[in-house]
Amino acid sequence: MFDWFAQLGRSAIDFFARLGSEVLLFLQAIAAFKALVFRPALIIQQLFSIGVRSMLIIIVSGFFVGMVLGLQGYNTLIDFGAEESLGVMVALSLVRELGPVVTALLYAGRAGSALTAEIGLMKATEQLSGLEMMAVNPVERILAPRLLAGIISMPLLAAMFSAVGVFGGYLVGVDMLGVDTGAYWSQMQARVDFEQDIIQGVIKSVVFGVVTTWIAVYEGYTCLPTSEGVSRSTTRTVVYSALAVLGLDFLLTALML
Amino acid sequence: MPSTDNNLVRIRDLHFSRGHSKIFNGIDIDIPKGKITAIMGPSGTGKTTLLKLIGGQLKPQQGTILFHGENIPAMKTKKLYEVRKKMGMLFQSGALLTDMSVFDNIAFPLREHTELPEVMIRDLVLMKLQAVGLRGARDLNPSQLSGGMARRVAFARAIALDPEMIMFDEPFTGQDPISMGVLVQLIRSMNEALELTSVMVSHDIEETMAIADKVYIISQGKIMGYGSPEEMNQSDSPWISQFVHGEADGPVHFHYQARSYSDDIFAGENRD
Amino acid sequence: MPNSRILEISVGIFVAVGIAALLVLAVNVSNVSGFSAGSQYTITANFDDVSGLKPRSAVSIAGVTVGRVTSIVVDPETYEAVVAMTIDARFNDVPVDSSVGIYTAGLLGEKYVGIEPGGAPDVLEEGSVIRLTQSSIVLEKLISQFLFSQSDKKEE
Repeated sequence: MFDWFAQLGRSAIDFFARLGSEVLLFLQAIAAFKALVFRPALIIQQLFSIGVRSMLIIIVSGFFVGMVLGLQGYNTLIDFGAEESLGVMVALSLVRELGPVVTALLYAGRAGSALTAEIGLMKATEQLSGLEMMAVNPVERILAPRLLAGIISMPLLAAMFSAVGVFGGYLVGVDMLGVDTGAYWSQMQARVDFEQDIIQGVIKSVVFGVVTTWIAVYEGYTCLPTSEGVSRSTTRTVVYSALAVLGLDFLLTALML
Repeated sequence: MPSTDNNLVRIRDLHFSRGHSKIFNGIDIDIPKGKITAIMGPSGTGKTTLLKLIGGQLKPQQGTILFHGENIPAMKTKKLYEVRKKMGMLFQSGALLTDMSVFDNIAFPLREHTELPEVMIRDLVLMKLQAVGLRGARDLNPSQLSGGMARRVAFARAIALDPEMIMFDEPFTGQDPISMGVLVQLIRSMNEALELTSVMVSHDIEETMAIADKVYIISQGKIMGYGSPEEMNQSDSPWISQFVHGEADGPVHFHYQARSYSDDIFAGENRD
Repeated sequence: MPNSRILEISVGIFVAVGIAALLVLAVNVSNVSGFSAGSQYTITANFDDVSGLKPRSAVSIAGVTVGRVTSIVVDPETYEAVVAMTIDARFNDVPVDSSVGIYTAGLLGEKYVGIEPGGAPDVLEEGSVIRLTQSSIVLEKLISQFLFSQSDKKEE
């Protein structure tokens, strides 16, 4: 009986201890952003491996998602004679939801898993310990630049995704299915609001950038330093990121509507 | 006990446990300045843990680790990072940063901690590489190095900031006889040339005994004995003698704890 | 690891493309340039019925969008709907006696506010109130009006 309570108490204490150390680590990494201003080379390198290398998959996916939206939207809207609203539908779905969310999911699979594996391997091969013994703080030197680069990259990637998607929808809707060009753009411009829609999308993608990149670097930093530990952490990064992104998306949408 | 003045590191009553297993149960160690101190013991006695405790990467549950008279476990992070600049550590795997060349690896601590111009950094790096005989390998990537070469590069990196003390974690493990010889030679000559204080964790008896000035033997969280290599060789303690001479059976049994052999055999026969 | 020059250039391209995409979204998709803050003025009009009109609906003159509805509230005394709208400052000589009506774009389309310019020499400015309003057309009311007018005719 008391064993059961002791067990519960122990897991609660463990949970809060882990939460506390994670928050502390996060704050340390954020505090290190200041020093990074003087070392742009570190951020540029990470922008390359996080942002530039994710660019292709994001653009290609955005294009296809836009085309699918154009096709499906047209088939639904034509029944109501409202195919002129195709532009609005494609743009709003992309800018408000699909852009930030799908970009974050792809990012977690492409860049997040790579980050976890990289940092995890650095830990397994004692490189992180080595840094510490060289009096270089790995939180400042390894975690912080990656986190910052992720936060910068995500909104840019999401914007590319949405912009290419709108173009993909245009290609299908206007060029293939014959929606009027003017109607596609003018309805879109009349109904998509800069503050309500575009800015909200950017806010979402910034939040997703913080969360997915943090999950990735944290999982790498705390993984078991074995090959199995690294592979498990990498999997966890993708799963946790996906769950966090979808859950947060609901929360943010509810808050901002 | 030697006088405290010429000890760079003084460890007193150190207790450390991980989970439920006690790794150190009250050990005292003195590391004299300018000498090579070897810490030996069977695998799994926490020798690497000891180095991490000295480097402040782990915190003991009890006890003091004095470096220059200052207690490392009690230090704030900032102070700890200052102190670490005076220590070098050579990891078993080398721990070279895999995303940069050999040259950049050695330049790394210099670039992080000094404001030296790039020309001067280049000269310093080449000097260190020359000392370990790998000046020609400066443009290679760590993945292109053999294990012995990686350790020599790591050695060059560890001495880049001219530390007072270097810690070696199993420097000889898994080396072929030639690179082993190179490393032994290197550690000995560097220690003399740079007036380094060296701490070496190892279970390679022969090589370690050959270069160490002082030997500690640890087992089961306790110091089993310490002294000069000669004293260890002539020790009349059966445990030390078994370890030093590498005998298969002695106070440490060949067999892992088990019930008696005959019981085990018959238990199988009686099963059905 | 590619050399640092290629690295810098590709990161530069990445950031430039990202910012360009944001600009495309802002200008081409949401048309933010037409209504930059500061170059606009607010007017209000009272309607008996604004059914279907929403904040952000278009305000137009002769079919050209000149502004947006910013808020719709009910006057607590008259129970009229007070519609506030911002008009682009470029259209700064709309006569004060203009009338406004709520129309529908197409049979099932969006409601919008149409301004019918009058002939007075004075022009609308910040805070002006338009008196002449025509309410939103509600289908049920239209039908009942039509029926009543038919029965009135018969009685004559």
